[in-house]
Amino acid sequence: MKKFLKNNAVQSLIASLICIILGLLIGYIVLLFINPAGASEAILAVVKNFWNYSRANLQLKNFGSTLVKTAPLLMCALSVLFAYKVGLFNIGAAGQYVVGACASLLAALAWGWSWLPCLLFAMVVGALYGAIVGLLKSFCNVNEVISGIMLNWIGLYTTNMILASVKESTSPYTLHLKNAAPQAMLPTLGLEELFNNKNVTIAIPLAVLTAVIILIILDKTRLGYELKATGNNKNAAKYAGMAERRNIILTLMIAGALAALGGAFLYLTDFEQWSVTQSSVPGMGFNGIAAAFLGGLNPIGTIFASYFIQHITVGGAFVDKTMYSSQISDLISSIIIYLCGFVLFIKYAMNQGIARSEEKQKQKAAALAADSGKGGEK
Amino acid sequence: MLLLIQYTLIFASVLLLVALGGCFSEHSGVINLGLEGIMVIGALGGALMMRYLPSSTPAFFMILLVLLGAIVFGVAYSALLGVACINFKADQTIVGTALNMLGVAAATVLVKAINTAANPDDVSSEIQYAGAKRAFLVNFGSFEFNWFMLIAVIMLVIAYVVLYKTRFGLRLMACGEHPQAADSVGINVYKMRWAGVLISGMYGGLGGICYILAGVSLWKFENGVAGFGFLALAVMIFGQWKPTRIALAALLFGFFRALSNVYFGFPFLMSLNLPGSVYNMMPYIISLVVLAFTSQNSRAPKAEGIPYDKGTR
Repeated sequence: MKKFLKNNAVQSLIASLICIILGLLIGYIVLLFINPAGASEAILAVVKNFWNYSRANLQLKNFGSTLVKTAPLLMCALSVLFAYKVGLFNIGAAGQYVVGACASLLAALAWGWSWLPCLLFAMVVGALYGAIVGLLKSFCNVNEVISGIMLNWIGLYTTNMILASVKESTSPYTLHLKNAAPQAMLPTLGLEELFNNKNVTIAIPLAVLTAVIILIILDKTRLGYELKATGNNKNAAKYAGMAERRNIILTLMIAGALAALGGAFLYLTDFEQWSVTQSSVPGMGFNGIAAAFLGGLNPIGTIFASYFIQHITVGGAFVDKTMYSSQISDLISSIIIYLCGFVLFIKYAMNQGIARSEEKQKQKAAALAADSGKGGEK
Repeated sequence: MLLLIQYTLIFASVLLLVALGGCFSEHSGVINLGLEGIMVIGALGGALMMRYLPSSTPAFFMILLVLLGAIVFGVAYSALLGVACINFKADQTIVGTALNMLGVAAATVLVKAINTAANPDDVSSEIQYAGAKRAFLVNFGSFEFNWFMLIAVIMLVIAYVVLYKTRFGLRLMACGEHPQAADSVGINVYKMRWAGVLISGMYGGLGGICYILAGVSLWKFENGVAGFGFLALAVMIFGQWKPTRIALAALLFGFFRALSNVYFGFPFLMSLNLPGSVYNMMPYIISLVVLAFTSQNSRAPKAEGIPYDKGTR
């Protein structure tokens, strides 16, 4: 049991579960304060999400919709995770996600490209956008968090400006992909029939596959080793002959490509249209931070954490609007990120607890041995 | 033209207040990336005060109480940063980011709850304060003077005096430069860092209420404060963590932010025929460029961002 608890992965899992439970609990308390009458129902509605429907096929369809939005979230989370492993906090994932959406929609609607080139184009644009942060960081010593935030806003306004050329004439939304550019819709490979939901595409398995690839790159390749070494100690990595500047830029390019692919994964399913009058950066990239940390900074853990974050975000739509607002799920996920800051402390406390009980056992054993020793003399 | 000056001054006031907040926190050794969230919560405190005070309240008390509301909310909220980063040695970047998201989410949920309770059909996250806002404005001809311009200057002087002329300020800065040395001469580093964080909460809260009073007379809390907390951090870095330089930097950034509000009043700028988005982007682009040139020789407090642990040397 002790050995089991000492395992780092197990500790991460326990810490994440503690964060989730506390997050839901605090969310519940907030609901109680707002209106005690429907608080229990509301928090249950958030947690149940698609189980709020009673018919099986509707449940499946809405489960599919949650998955459709999980794919881009997972990509953003992987982007944050990958950069964090190299010691960089990629808050710019939100902006990279936006330019990915912009590139894929532009290529699809204005240039009539089919889906694969659209995805690749989004990746390239995202990588270049991430490279700006990397260049500023490695050559000008600009903090990546601040430049990331600035680029988020620059990306948003640029996207609004560019996509205005492919919007519907009577609304601020971009054209429906299904009518205007059916060649760019991501293929569904039978997933559409399985979920009875036309938006479920290969984006979902591709995102999961990416998580596995990231795991392999980080743990099993020389590149991953070098990148992590750079993250742990830039100077030591440099001394050991690694190109630390190149590694930082490369990392942010990969992170940018991942987040941008996330944007393409959502908008090429025609699940949503981009509104060119948006005045705030979409929350997808920021929720990605939550998912990455909740997943214990492990790509596989991040898959489940992304699903959970998206699950409660969608679930927020089911609360009773006459009493509460759907933002309660944003509140819960932001509380969870805040609590993720304490993960190190939780692990430390667990290890302390284990060490203390081991110490006690040793003392007991020693006392027992001493006793039996005395007994032997008699 | 007068309008441009007016907007420049008011946006510069916001940036100055928030950047000074960041300055206090960073000099004590804690990077405060949560300023954006603190601004939102401070704005919420002030806006609630304006909503519930009768509009017949004398202007002086109105201003005082609104400031108080913003300060109390800002300080209380910054305590979340203090607990996590000082006592529990959490990662300051994660906690700061969490506070930004939490600020917007909490303010939205709360305001919507208040609005829905007052009127079940009202599911907006807006607070209106057109009446109360008048207390803050004095018209000189067509120039609209906002008391916050004066408040920002007063707070600047206070920040300068406290940081450089008092024992407290010098000790505070020592904790950001070399906490172990400060500890060795009997300064309580944890207390000093707490002071730095709470003062930044106060400044951040003031900046938040100033921001929502800058142009409009109703605020939608879903929108947050559009990256102003981070612009303020850029101002702080450009100002090299020194209050007087921060003030000059704030004027520069305020000018570009003001342009996006009033560019259509200038025939010269209109003749360039640029889309409005370009002006919206301007402050962020300028800050990137400025940071690229000033970050190399940064005079950042040396120990910022590193949790202080008595047991380590």
